[in-house]
Amino acid sequence: MTAPVISVRGLTKRYGDKAVVDGFDLDVERGQIHGFLGPNGSGKTTTIRMLCGLLVPDGGSGTCLGHDILTQSWEIKQRVGYMTQRFSLYEDLTIRENLDFVARLYGLAQRRAMVTEALDRLGLAARSGQLAGTLSGGWKQRLALAACVLHKPDLLLLDEPTAGVDPKARREFWDEIHLLAEGGMTVLVSTHYMDEAERCHRIAYLAYGKLLAVGSVAEVVRGSGLSTWHVSGPERRIGALARDLAGRPGVEMVAPFGATLHVSGPDATALEAAIAPFRAEATLRWSVSEPSLEDAFIHLMAGAQP
Amino acid sequence: MSGPYFAWHRLVAVVVKEFIQMRRDRLTFAMMVGIPIIQLMLFGYAINADPRHLPIAVLSQDNSSFSRAIVAGMQTSTYFRVTVIARDAAELDRLLARGEVQFAVEIPVGFGRSLLRGDHPALLVMADATDPAATGNAVGALDRILESSLAPLLEGPLATLQRGPGPVDLRVQRRYNPEGITQYNIVPGLMGTILTMTMIIMTALAMTRERERGTMENLLAMPVRPAEVMFGKLAPFILVGGIQVMVILTAATLVFNVPMVGQPIVLAVGLLVFLIANLAVGFLFSTVARNQLQAMQMSFFFFLPSILMSGFMFPFRGMPDWAQVIGEALPLTHFLRVVRGVMLKGNAMADTWVDIWPMLVFLAAVSVLALARYRQTLD
Repeated sequence: MTAPVISVRGLTKRYGDKAVVDGFDLDVERGQIHGFLGPNGSGKTTTIRMLCGLLVPDGGSGTCLGHDILTQSWEIKQRVGYMTQRFSLYEDLTIRENLDFVARLYGLAQRRAMVTEALDRLGLAARSGQLAGTLSGGWKQRLALAACVLHKPDLLLLDEPTAGVDPKARREFWDEIHLLAEGGMTVLVSTHYMDEAERCHRIAYLAYGKLLAVGSVAEVVRGSGLSTWHVSGPERRIGALARDLAGRPGVEMVAPFGATLHVSGPDATALEAAIAPFRAEATLRWSVSEPSLEDAFIHLMAGAQP
Repeated sequence: MSGPYFAWHRLVAVVVKEFIQMRRDRLTFAMMVGIPIIQLMLFGYAINADPRHLPIAVLSQDNSSFSRAIVAGMQTSTYFRVTVIARDAAELDRLLARGEVQFAVEIPVGFGRSLLRGDHPALLVMADATDPAATGNAVGALDRILESSLAPLLEGPLATLQRGPGPVDLRVQRRYNPEGITQYNIVPGLMGTILTMTMIIMTALAMTRERERGTMENLLAMPVRPAEVMFGKLAPFILVGGIQVMVILTAATLVFNVPMVGQPIVLAVGLLVFLIANLAVGFLFSTVARNQLQAMQMSFFFFLPSILMSGFMFPFRGMPDWAQVIGEALPLTHFLRVVRGVMLKGNAMADTWVDIWPMLVFLAAVSVLALARYRQTLD
């Protein structure tokens, strides 16, 4: 067991009297891809910024790469790569000029060679003279990733890196993240996408500044204690059924997926009782199912109203 | 009235929105009130095109009642204020070169005796005429002052001396700009004014641009110290300022025929300090301003007193003491003295230093403030 890369206790950040991050504990082991999930405004970005020294916590303590997050942000910055939610490289510099700037700031030896290597690895070599501002979203994202791994950090903090990127580019991005993690880099990545959460080794779920669940995807789903039934049938009937089921005791959520409804509730017996009157209908096919990660999250969030 | 091309409700919607936004932008609001007040105060109280109480150095090698009467008459005229009693002519030269006095008067040995003999002794008045507007009225008043201060002493048998060309041979030397050419004063001054305007505005946008474009977050996440960012951002503008100086100097000498009496290297030293001082002011503004518009407004706020109170537009010594104190704090004030001193007076490094160190102090103070204001976090 090596020391965790990130270890924070009671991390708190307030804006006015509103706690954006409220007594947050987290441990992240080396080489893991740790997903960071939660609704908008749940404190994901704030937490990431506190970890890399961009914001000063109002309370709590912790270490990042063995350095105190309150007093040693300079040391942390040397060994962390941070990819911001919004593209924050210089749009009026070319791709190579941006990478050169970053490489110079970190004082990399063999700067030219490392920049060229990064350009080749990301398939940006042919476009290295293009202004960053003229790149499409997917290419900007690749450039931003290239820039923040250029100095071979031990920890990579990615804040919604794939927002607004097409599925193919997202898939490739995640392949790259897994490659980096295999190389020993620890990754903390915030996302809204469930499929991305499922590509993480572990996930942490935040809502209203509090950590609600942490573990592998299976652990989080199991930990939610949710039971789920799927029911499929004629489209018209499904729509009416959704309205009938919603609000019945034992039914917490009803979500249509095409011609299938996902019906979930925290209490298996109560849920079964709620759907019993509809079980006999000939046009409906009922089946017990595993709750999805999304179901689990919505359930967690519903139970955590501030 | 609500036709397809104009509708009141749409106009009202825009007006209401504009008022709300104006109220939110406190700085613009302060500027709207502040600028007229400052302008009124400056133009109303500080600026005086007929400067009085100009400092004069006296070298009196004659202790007669006549020379005493002349000095006393100068004081009572309110144009002059004796600030230095000099020991020799060299001291007079130095005082004028450094701008410590506006005038110097030399009363020669045996002045009183030759006056009594009717020899019309020479009375030498030297004026620092780099700014013709500052000295013109005082010089014009000299004849009358002499006449009225000597008259009480020239009565009875001596009254005959008052006839003819007058008892004294008054010689006025308009130093550094004998023909009183206004351009000699304005053109070097413009160099300082143009540099103040461009340097401050350019750097004032430096940090606000990072903030507005969202690149600030990335910059802060990387290991870079405030001083590295500050001087890194200022450095290119030293070159830009250098190019501007070349252009202005070339135009000044070729088009306006302004002389370059002193050593260019002395001017270069003063310029460098002045440039960096202005760039630091701009950088300070950019750490305070929330957006580029505010940065521009702050630059303007600094620029206005700079041109009005530095001695560029109006004689520095024409301003009341409180305004002179403010003026002394501004880098442009000192730079104007440096540039005029070197180009017109041929001042050497030793004479220029008195105006370089205040700029250095200013630079240090502004830099410390800017670095203290620079936020290394997004808090």
